[in-house]
Amino acid sequence: MIRDITLGQYYQADSVIHKLDPRVKLVATIGFIISLFVVDSWVGYVVAALFLACMIKLSKVPFGYMVKGMKAIVFILLITVVFNLFLTPGEPLVTLWKLTITKEGLRIAVMMAVRLSFLIVGSSLMTLTTTPNSLTDGMEKLMGPLKHVKVPVHEVSMMMSIALRFIPILLEETDKIMKAQIARGADFESGNLIKKAKAMVPLLVPLFISAFRRANDLAMAMEARCYRGGEHRTKMKPLCYRGADRVAYCVLLLYFAGCVAIRVWL
Amino acid sequence: MSDVENRDKEETKIMSLILDHVNYIYGEDTALAVHALKDINLVIPDGQFIGLIGHTGSGKSTLVQHLNGLIRPTGGAIYYNGEDIHDKDYDKKKLRSKVGLVFQYPEHQLFEIDVFKDVCFGPKNLGLSQKETELRAYAALKQVGLADEYFYQSPFDLSGGQKRRVAIAGVLAMKPDILILDEPTAGLDPKGRDEILDQIAKLKEETGITVILVSHSMEDVAEYVERIIVMSRGSVLYDDTPREVFRHYKELEQVGLAAPQVTYIMQALAKQGMKVDTAVTTIREAKQSILQSLGK
Repeated sequence: MIRDITLGQYYQADSVIHKLDPRVKLVATIGFIISLFVVDSWVGYVVAALFLACMIKLSKVPFGYMVKGMKAIVFILLITVVFNLFLTPGEPLVTLWKLTITKEGLRIAVMMAVRLSFLIVGSSLMTLTTTPNSLTDGMEKLMGPLKHVKVPVHEVSMMMSIALRFIPILLEETDKIMKAQIARGADFESGNLIKKAKAMVPLLVPLFISAFRRANDLAMAMEARCYRGGEHRTKMKPLCYRGADRVAYCVLLLYFAGCVAIRVWL
Repeated sequence: MSDVENRDKEETKIMSLILDHVNYIYGEDTALAVHALKDINLVIPDGQFIGLIGHTGSGKSTLVQHLNGLIRPTGGAIYYNGEDIHDKDYDKKKLRSKVGLVFQYPEHQLFEIDVFKDVCFGPKNLGLSQKETELRAYAALKQVGLADEYFYQSPFDLSGGQKRRVAIAGVLAMKPDILILDEPTAGLDPKGRDEILDQIAKLKEETGITVILVSHSMEDVAEYVERIIVMSRGSVLYDDTPREVFRHYKELEQVGLAAPQVTYIMQALAKQGMKVDTAVTTIREAKQSILQSLGK
């Protein structure tokens, strides 16, 4: 039942992209997404597509996995395309009954579709090649400077890591509690919305109690090992930039510069 | 007697649970498929006290969840009182009122404002009247030996052993014909363990229900049950009386189990030349055998 949900989409492989520092991948993904909005000509999109294709090839992740993320937004994609196609004013091309497809509409619809797809594939690439814990590590390091303005960077990062760690445990607990209540005749499936909501009480109350109990135990375990927060805390595996990371930054810079150039001169 | 109880008495007389070539594979269509149950054939007749033992991963918990229809076998069938429980029109809710399953650490399922309300949850789900529900809850709490003063306290204010008794009462209130307990003594101190097992044995004597005790403790199982089913890697290894099963203590060790301590002591004494019965499984029997061989 519930145990079929696989969390995080990390795909194990031994590629150049996998071995990059998570910070590089985070910055690259954000940079790539921004670049999608910087370019607005066919040439620009082709360049973006080529860049994405190269990264996908380098990551050694099967194409099928990339496209999996698209399934979630197929609906939004469809709505965006249809609305832009039919409702944009401009030079008419084709007319079906009362709806007109305009040249501008076609242009904008295709552009939106391309942007959305590339956005999803680009972000998928990041989550497919980086484990959730590396991502939180990377984000913690990147947001480091914010510590000087009293932002609790370490605490937020620790909370995220713990939350990620406990998701499979709590899912299993939910499964167990659900089965125990079903064994007592509970019914989680039939009835209207109100009935279903009421039926959740025997599931949620024990689950919350269990979560708090675990949190309490974990806090004590951490304190027993001298955890006092991020102050002067060192890491076993600190994030250090290596040659490949510097090369990656250069490539990213070139790509971004190229996009800006295309936008300005074309 | 209420209408419900009258009807139950008139129903079928063959009370039994039959497992016929039951197979279960976790994640059947994925690369991580695990064949958890391999061709299980069992008949569980009315009124037996059965012990189910097996190492972690042997399939005990999976098997037990098949008995009340929580898991559907990927192959084979399960019959309760002659009916296939996975039939399209079979009422699984009714099955669960007849086959009560108490999970491991059952106190984790408690959720109501007070103990009494929590025990009422089961019978209420069966659609019984308020009066009948309360009568059953009261009877069930008495059956597990919980003192009156705790009935209206929050379940979260009780001790571990008390919470566990409330959880078991929650299942007993459904008046099952078969009671399955998955490691009921897990995490309890020796006194708590004895109390719970004695209570279960007493319940069995008074009401004649079938009890299946899933346990890791050979001593517990040897002391109370009349039939032991040993599971190993998804199959039934042995299915016999305790005396017969523990004779195979060497084979049991190979699958990660053991015999009760008493068996090893008797075997050692026999090796030293004492004329003792090496097939005893409880301390009581051992004491008698030793005294006998010493001519007392």
